[in-house]
Amino acid sequence: MSRKNRFMSGNEAIALGAYEAGVKVVSAYPGTPSTEILEYICTYDGVYSEWAPNEKVALEVAVGASFAGVRSMAVMKHVGLNVAADPLFTAAYTGVRGGLVIITCDDPEMHSSQNEQDNRNYAFAAKVPMLEPADPAEAKEFTKLAFRLSEEYDIPVLVRSTTRISHVKGLITPGRKDKSRVKPGIVKMPQKLVMLPAHARGRRIDLEERMKRLRAHAETFSENRIERADKKRGFITSGISYLYVKEAFPDASVLKLGMVFPFPEKLIRKFAKSVDEVIIVEELDPFIELHVKAMGIACRGKELIPAIGELNSGIVRQSVTKKKGGKLFQPPEMPMRPPNLCPGCPHRGIFHAISRLNVFVAGDIGCYTLAALKPLSSMDSCVCMGASIGTAFGMEKALGKDALGKVLAVIGDSTFIHSGITGLIDVVYNKGFSTVVILDNRTTGMTGHQPNPSTGMTITGESSTMLDIEALCRAIGIKNVQTINPHDIDRCFNVLKKEINRPGPSVIITKSPCVLLPEMKKRKDRTLYQVLTGGCNGCRACLRIGCPAIEWTPLSGKEAVRLGFKAKQKGYSSINSVLCDGCGQCVSLCKFGAIVLDKGKND
Amino acid sequence: MTDSGNIIMCGVGGQGILLASEITSLALLKAGFDVKKSEVHGMAQRGGSVIAHLRFGRKVYSPLIDPGTADIMVAFEMLESLRYIHYLHRHSRVIVSTQKIFPPSVTTGMETYPDDIMDKLNANKFKVYPLDAFGAARETGETRTVNMVIVGALSSVLPVKEHIFIKTINERLPERFRRVNIMAFSRGRKLIQSAP
Ligand SMILES: Cc1ncc(C[n+]2csc(CCOP(=O)(O)OP(=O)(O)O)c2C)c(N)n1
Ligand code: SF4
Repeated sequence: MSRKNRFMSGNEAIALGAYEAGVKVVSAYPGTPSTEILEYICTYDGVYSEWAPNEKVALEVAVGASFAGVRSMAVMKHVGLNVAADPLFTAAYTGVRGGLVIITCDDPEMHSSQNEQDNRNYAFAAKVPMLEPADPAEAKEFTKLAFRLSEEYDIPVLVRSTTRISHVKGLITPGRKDKSRVKPGIVKMPQKLVMLPAHARGRRIDLEERMKRLRAHAETFSENRIERADKKRGFITSGISYLYVKEAFPDASVLKLGMVFPFPEKLIRKFAKSVDEVIIVEELDPFIELHVKAMGIACRGKELIPAIGELNSGIVRQSVTKKKGGKLFQPPEMPMRPPNLCPGCPHRGIFHAISRLNVFVAGDIGCYTLAALKPLSSMDSCVCMGASIGTAFGMEKALGKDALGKVLAVIGDSTFIHSGITGLIDVVYNKGFSTVVILDNRTTGMTGHQPNPSTGMTITGESSTMLDIEALCRAIGIKNVQTINPHDIDRCFNVLKKEINRPGPSVIITKSPCVLLPEMKKRKDRTLYQVLTGGCNGCRACLRIGCPAIEWTPLSGKEAVRLGFKAKQKGYSSINSVLCDGCGQCVSLCKFGAIVLDKGKND
Repeated sequence: MTDSGNIIMCGVGGQGILLASEITSLALLKAGFDVKKSEVHGMAQRGGSVIAHLRFGRKVYSPLIDPGTADIMVAFEMLESLRYIHYLHRHSRVIVSTQKIFPPSVTTGMETYPDDIMDKLNANKFKVYPLDAFGAARETGETRTVNMVIVGALSSVLPVKEHIFIKTINERLPERFRRVNIMAFSRGRKLIQSAP
């Protein structure tokens, strides 16, 4: 590879860093802002990469590869580490053979997430080191470094990115490839790798030793560095916050922590002594602050800097100086522009049917969560991936027979495989009557269309065994399983109505591909629709489906008459032929038969 | 604005803002600047409002533009220019495509699309460049080049020579798209130079 500087995103840089580190096995589950890391890694020769069914499996695969003596990595978004926390905490005990690195991409401000947890807390809780880069260039170097640290200290290493590192582009310099000194192969080490209590107690003490050595290393670690300047204010900071501090206070002294755990206590004390006041700038939780305070060092942190949402240099400057910035222009009141399901999205049809049921919809995470927004307004809860089924079942157990016909669980295909299957087993095993809709759109839509086990394709596009969701549900013990077409709203409604009132559990699989899949975009047999001129009665029924292609033109009485409508008619609908994808869902909504195939467009 | 600048690019998901900001960044890099660009993927891309931050200078630290400090705004859609107006300062330049894309509340008749967007922009001291980028793109025979028309317009207010942009487009785009995109770029550049 050429050594010329390149303009890369943090995610590309992490992939390159792992490649330069000689990583051999990488497993991940998609999730913004981490997804592209694996998508870049899979383009490098000599690296096995895979989409795992969930983050726990991803980490376990990486752990196994490490035990086999190769460098391995697991990649996930912040909430993914909750799912992978179980192997993480004990992998800290076993330690590694080949370097083991876990990338966690946090999402302060929740640009695309359900919470903004600060995963630095995991480093402390699991007793593993964490590196935190500030920009794409560091993201590459730190990833590479993490593998070395992992092997040297016999421990998994966390690297924390955030949205403003993963999705920021900056200049990076490709480097040389590293080589691990670990020999791949099978080595039996039960004392180290079999964590039954007797062994684990030994490894627990060993872990403490390893962390002690790491703490000593942190004192001289080159990425924990003091930038001496004006002594009045000294900032302790890490990650993206470092850049905001540099921008806001270019003349201040800074202690930049490249390793946010364990802490270099001597270095911190030395720095604190050298400045008049210590201020800690960090996004989200007071992670560094609590530690520095526990050391008995006077400092200010969250009393100045917001603990909620993203920072920027303006926020840092104003929080510290308490000087208000100049007055800003204020955006006027204006229509919002929320994200929406695509025109032709199969989810829209089934959710329109669901919206007519008047039930509590225990929802889940994916594109279909957008059905919670107006006008579909047909999701009533959404907690974490896989939660829909357990939530619906819990409501059912709480309310008993009163819940029959009143609760529905809805979950996407990728989400079902991720963590819905166990919920469904609970329903059957504990004699529930839940109705579960599995939205099989042949892809993992929300995160950018990754293949998953039910698509029968791997990340590299190779075909593989296709998971049969219907057969799986039957094997779990669901007797009523059926597959329907989500675009057929009337049939969806009838099936749903019947199944929610059934006193036993049932699964309805809706099967129709996401329209953004390449094969759907390429299809030639698209049939576009139009609203017959003069046929629209102005009842607005078609607008309730929230399709971006259906447009409403308001009419004054005069205009209505001029255009041949009744004077009372308030407006009429039309279909934007540029946006229409030809799904035909709207046809059945018009009781006046005004929505028809667009002959001109289909010849 | 000669040796550093903050550019906000905003519009609607699917308008080609990522490619436009990429070409602009690469051209600025070629011209010898340090560049950082920040964007948001995921939820924002399902037809929602999209914003990218592009900063250039001798050395750029923060990837984010603070409110009140954008020197240039490039709005790919009219309404979006107002949504991010708090990023502007009194002397900002605003390049705004006159294309309108109705948000859902407008297409369903719940709200109306404001008709005083230009007045609101002009009421402030910004230097506003309205641009019929969609019309210009249509003239190239490929409406998908709207984003390159806008890059062309933007290029003429940046301290980067035209040939550097053209070289960047040639390097970045596949062969079969180059000619029409260069054509769009040149049209955009002319549009703004002939603007009042
Ligand atoms: C634990 C966890 N991992 C990953 C994500 C990111 N994520 C949100 S939705 C989703 C996939 C949705 O796919 P699917 O269920 O097939 O629904 P679709 O978007 O295709 O409608 C992912 C990976 C998350 N929110 N939580
Ligand atoms: S990406 Fe696919 S699943 Fe997601 S909203 Fe669009 S059509 Fe629906």
